[in-house]
Amino acid sequence: MARSKRGEAGVNSAPMADIAFLLLIFFLVTTTIATNKGLMLQLPPKPDPNQPPPDINKNKRNIFTVLVNSQDRLLVEEQPLNDVTELRSMVKDFVLNFGKPDADSRALYNSLPNSMKSQVLRDPNSSDHPGEAVVSFKTDRGTSYEMYTAVLDELQGAYYEIYGDRVGISADEFRDLDRKNPEDLAKYEEAREGIPMAISIAEPSKVGGE
Amino acid sequence: MSKFKKKTATSQEIPTSALPDIIFMLLFFFMVTTVLRETEIKVEQTLPKATQLRKLEKKSLVSHLYIGKPKQPEVYGTEPKIQANDVFINPDDVVLWVNQEKDKLFEDERDQITISLKVDVETKMGIISDVQQELREANARKILYASIKSVDRE
Repeated sequence: MARSKRGEAGVNSAPMADIAFLLLIFFLVTTTIATNKGLMLQLPPKPDPNQPPPDINKNKRNIFTVLVNSQDRLLVEEQPLNDVTELRSMVKDFVLNFGKPDADSRALYNSLPNSMKSQVLRDPNSSDHPGEAVVSFKTDRGTSYEMYTAVLDELQGAYYEIYGDRVGISADEFRDLDRKNPEDLAKYEEAREGIPMAISIAEPSKVGGE
Repeated sequence: MSKFKKKTATSQEIPTSALPDIIFMLLFFFMVTTVLRETEIKVEQTLPKATQLRKLEKKSLVSHLYIGKPKQPEVYGTEPKIQANDVFINPDDVVLWVNQEKDKLFEDERDQITISLKVDVETKMGIISDVQQELREANARKILYASIKSVDRE
């Protein structure tokens, strides 16, 4: 009993902070915050060997062609283009052209907000209506991946902007819609209805080699 | 003046007894968020920058393929290679690899598998298109080109 009077019987907790600091620094250094973000794409199903490839009888005006050669030079609708970022507005104009709308797409046109209606060009040499419009993107085997993603980014960006405009949100907000949430899902479906994201990625040519 | 003389009785030290608690909180945060990397990446990885990024909805459905120049060119050469898990594979082996990855999932989720392609920016499209053809063959058609959010554009 005499012992307990001498000094306090407690563990010295001052170095605890130091130990915790050490562990903290270890985890800080080793952490790589997972980056599970990127450009999403759905590949077409594999061709059925028993069936001949379907004939493409689409009108040329309904196809928006983007070619990139092995020197990373762009050819858009048979015209050279230097600035990738111009693609986005070109694709938007192309998709929302309504050159020769049928009954369904007229209803679609009428459902668009006024700000989008004013962008419609009605150029007879561009796409008939969004349901027909296809963006064809072809690269060479020697095209750099950086260029490929830059172009794909612009093409998808054009569609996301259209979808966003349609339901009155920005493209960023549209992409972040949570499809598990019924309210968001309804918005998502509404925005995409009648305007499929038709980006066709053709097999690359072999001119440039690898 | 002596009226305003400072009282010196109070100690001016900051109590540090709560410091360990704060540090522990931070520590737990990082411990929980840390994902220890299970595979060592053996290829160069400079991901491209893009703006139209989408988040993956379910992490368990994602399998990663790394494509790029090997980090050890004296051993593996300078041609871009495909890394799956811990080994380099040929484009022909992608179907086999996809099937192995699908086997790890529940049966009803197998067709939803997403392949995250982590490709170095300097890679040429040839090898990527070969991989894509194989992925079509393996019926793993949902792909994601992993990229970093670009801030200078938009």
